[in-house]
Amino acid sequence: MSLAKPDANHLSSVQKIAVLLGMIGLFILVLALFNTPSSQKTLILTVSLSLITIGTIIFSRDAYLKKMKGIKNDSIWFKSISSRGVLGWLTGIVLTGFYIVLYFFPKYLGLGSNNNENTGLIALFDPLSYLLSGKPASQWFVYGTLYTVAILIFGYKFILKYRHNRYQQLRTISVMFFQLGFAFLIPEFMVRLNESPNYNLPYYDLKSIWPLNYYIFDSWSINGFLSSGTLGLSLLIFGILSIFAISPILTYKFGKRWYCSWVCGCGALAETAGDAFRQLSSKKLVAWKIERWLIHSVLVFSVIMTTAVIYTYLSSDPNKFWLTRKTFLLSVFGFLTVLFITVMVFKRKELGKDARYGAIGYFAIIVSLFLLHYTGTSDQVFFIKSSSLRSVYGLYIGSIFSGVIGTGFYPILGNRVWCRFGCPMAAILGFQQRMFSKFRITTNGGQCISCGNCSTYCEMGIDVRSYAQKGENIVRSSCVGCGICSAVCPRGVLKLENNTIKGRINQNDILLGNNVDLMNLVHD
Amino acid sequence: MEHIVIIGNGISGITAARHIRKLSNKKITVISAETDYFFSRTALMYVYMGHMTFEHTQPYENWFWKKNNINLKRGYVKTIETKSNTLHFENGNDVCYDKLIIATGSKPNKFGWPGQDLDGVMGLYHKQDLENLEKYAPNNRACKRAVIVGGGLIGIELAEMLNSRNIPVTFLVRESSFWNGILPEGESAMINRHIRNHNIDLRLSSNLKEIKADNNGKVMSVIVEETHEEIPCDVVGLTAGVSPNIDFLKGSDIETGRGVKVNRFLETNIPNVYAIGDCAEQHEPIGNRKSIEAVWYTGRMMGETVAQTICGNRMPYNPGHWFNSAKFIDIEYQTYGWVFAKPKKEEAHFHWKHEDDTKCITVCYNTKTNEFLGINTFGIRMRHEVFNRWLSEKRNVDYVIQHLAEANFDPELFYRFESQILKTYTNHQLQSI
Repeated sequence: MSLAKPDANHLSSVQKIAVLLGMIGLFILVLALFNTPSSQKTLILTVSLSLITIGTIIFSRDAYLKKMKGIKNDSIWFKSISSRGVLGWLTGIVLTGFYIVLYFFPKYLGLGSNNNENTGLIALFDPLSYLLSGKPASQWFVYGTLYTVAILIFGYKFILKYRHNRYQQLRTISVMFFQLGFAFLIPEFMVRLNESPNYNLPYYDLKSIWPLNYYIFDSWSINGFLSSGTLGLSLLIFGILSIFAISPILTYKFGKRWYCSWVCGCGALAETAGDAFRQLSSKKLVAWKIERWLIHSVLVFSVIMTTAVIYTYLSSDPNKFWLTRKTFLLSVFGFLTVLFITVMVFKRKELGKDARYGAIGYFAIIVSLFLLHYTGTSDQVFFIKSSSLRSVYGLYIGSIFSGVIGTGFYPILGNRVWCRFGCPMAAILGFQQRMFSKFRITTNGGQCISCGNCSTYCEMGIDVRSYAQKGENIVRSSCVGCGICSAVCPRGVLKLENNTIKGRINQNDILLGNNVDLMNLVHD
Repeated sequence: MEHIVIIGNGISGITAARHIRKLSNKKITVISAETDYFFSRTALMYVYMGHMTFEHTQPYENWFWKKNNINLKRGYVKTIETKSNTLHFENGNDVCYDKLIIATGSKPNKFGWPGQDLDGVMGLYHKQDLENLEKYAPNNRACKRAVIVGGGLIGIELAEMLNSRNIPVTFLVRESSFWNGILPEGESAMINRHIRNHNIDLRLSSNLKEIKADNNGKVMSVIVEETHEEIPCDVVGLTAGVSPNIDFLKGSDIETGRGVKVNRFLETNIPNVYAIGDCAEQHEPIGNRKSIEAVWYTGRMMGETVAQTICGNRMPYNPGHWFNSAKFIDIEYQTYGWVFAKPKKEEAHFHWKHEDDTKCITVCYNTKTNEFLGINTFGIRMRHEVFNRWLSEKRNVDYVIQHLAEANFDPELFYRFESQILKTYTNHQLQSI
């Protein structure tokens, strides 16, 4: 449309002051890059983080509490930051740059090498790190702290924005809690435990489940767990149970939202700091096609990589440990085969044509790799050293996809780029959600007016409207259950629900209103 | 191959086209003078408010039409010659049809007010109205005040839109309370307060006398009839309802009243010519419905029905239980069955309102049989399917109030009010004994 962007909504003067405070706080962090503050580190860090926090709090209160409760999406598409304007692109470039430095050039953040002390920004975080774990800060500690602060302050903003909506509020409190406790504090305290010679725990965020936590089966991680007594072993068992028992059961009961929008740290950042960008996800059919191939390719890659890593870790000698390389490979092979056959026998009809072809294709790849292994020699699994497979995965998926693109591109591609196109955990949970879960988004009879608010604000790029206007329930593997479609609907059409599995798809395939069963006629 | 031509690419025309395509291989052409592609008219307000871009209001991607072999033609039909099955376009083109569906929708009402055609006076219906609004009311510097005339659903939407850009709004409503021709007193009063809470200058029992122009032929002020007060303004929104958009049919053989006259099969007096949606006028009203229904849902239902008829399964338009919905700024409204502003003979209302003044329900029932007749619900979402069933089963009002939880459609974890409602209802019944 040829409409010029209106400049109606300027920041109020309170909001301008709030932005200024926050910017000063950020600026202090930038200054720290170039200086090593000596004695006043604690003070400077406190001042900086406080300014950022206070700025966000003042801004949010001014933006939302002065208005009545309700949907607060006015002017989103007129604001430069949230409509891929200059500010949006600038933010994207700065964020991407930050991630590149963080992952590949941490020395520019001041990471001390060769046992030298930290300098610059990382040194600024030393006192906090000593307080929590008794160790100097690393680039990951700096990142983790900023990440947690972002989730807490933007979580607060989100809660005010949706103060008429208890689902949104409780969900946000949940992600704030899991981020602060499970991702930030508990791992730091586990480092404290390691001061005792009885413990050698690896960094472990309990809520981060394989394959999102792709390093849990690395040798250093397994060795760490196994050399940390009962606690270490329990943690490892918990990690494995999370994959095979806890997450399938919870996904069955609640859909994948129990994880993706209530617990997960990536989801937490996307839902809080990334909330302003949710409308930027592409709803085109072609984006959906790319999404399905990309995310499942990442999953297959991570399965092969992990299998190779564990395989290498194990020994061929049954006397050393009951689980040998051969038994392990055979059991993985058996598990995947049983899974594949079960799905093809019982759920075949629910898969689209391309999904069936995809499943068969991926299964064929895995089978041929196993066959190749048994006919070839054994030190190199699948012809590639597991270590190089692991480092390629870590670099391209773990760092570049999930970090640089996944978060750096928030202002360009939307806030769930990683969750939608890359996360292998989301792929597994999505598969469970699509195949066997009580969760669905129910459509309210014939009340849809096709306005498109639901589709516009779906961060996963689901064209919600295309289902709602047909009166069809929404059961999509990618849906993270954030509930925003339901919130922004002006006619009360959408409701996230857990209900019986029977008839959850196409349950309401009759548009209510006409007294004839038109859909039957259409289907005849 | 039979050529079906549909004039109008709104919800009625497009629904008809889609269903004809599902049922047949007929050649389909959809004509519009307004836009190239179908968009959701109800979403125009969100474009002005910056919630969506115009592209978001289009439910189908642009490739959809070609893929489904539905021809789209942009142009304004000037006259229809039914003897030769020909449409004459404004630009001189002709198109022939085998069957014609008229789905041209509505246009905003104007009641002959002095100054109603000045620059800066507009309705809110077409995409062009939105462009006009963007021109005259881009912000609160260009538009220091807007006056809205007519207190219906479009009026309050326009008020919300202007409010989103901090443009002061004066809202002239003819009735003594907002939309009280439709809404019962308690609900209407609650919405009055809600409007005023948004700092909108709501003037009840106020009519427009005239619109005054400045030297350039642009709006300068309006005069209120009752008080003779002159209100300076830059934009005037005329939202006093809509009427069928059928001026182009004058001089054709197609019978018209206020709308295009149709029978229950949506057939006009001319064979092979049908009319659906806002522009169709039933010879006899159906049940409690009006003979012209300018509602999204009825347009869609008529489109579904006429597609059956055209594809050989002649079917009457037979709408089920009445339902509708709207949103009054922050308060959602749904209705199922019939709740009139004032109870009719042998009818009574039960009204419950939450203390926060943003939620209420009104239930209408028959005083003799206790049959549940309908519900209006504000700020609480209800399940269409459940109320549709209860209405068909002719449940009594006690049953409905006692089972209200089954019908709740609010998001999970929301506070619920069924027990409060039941308590109020029980007291209400005791008092009326």
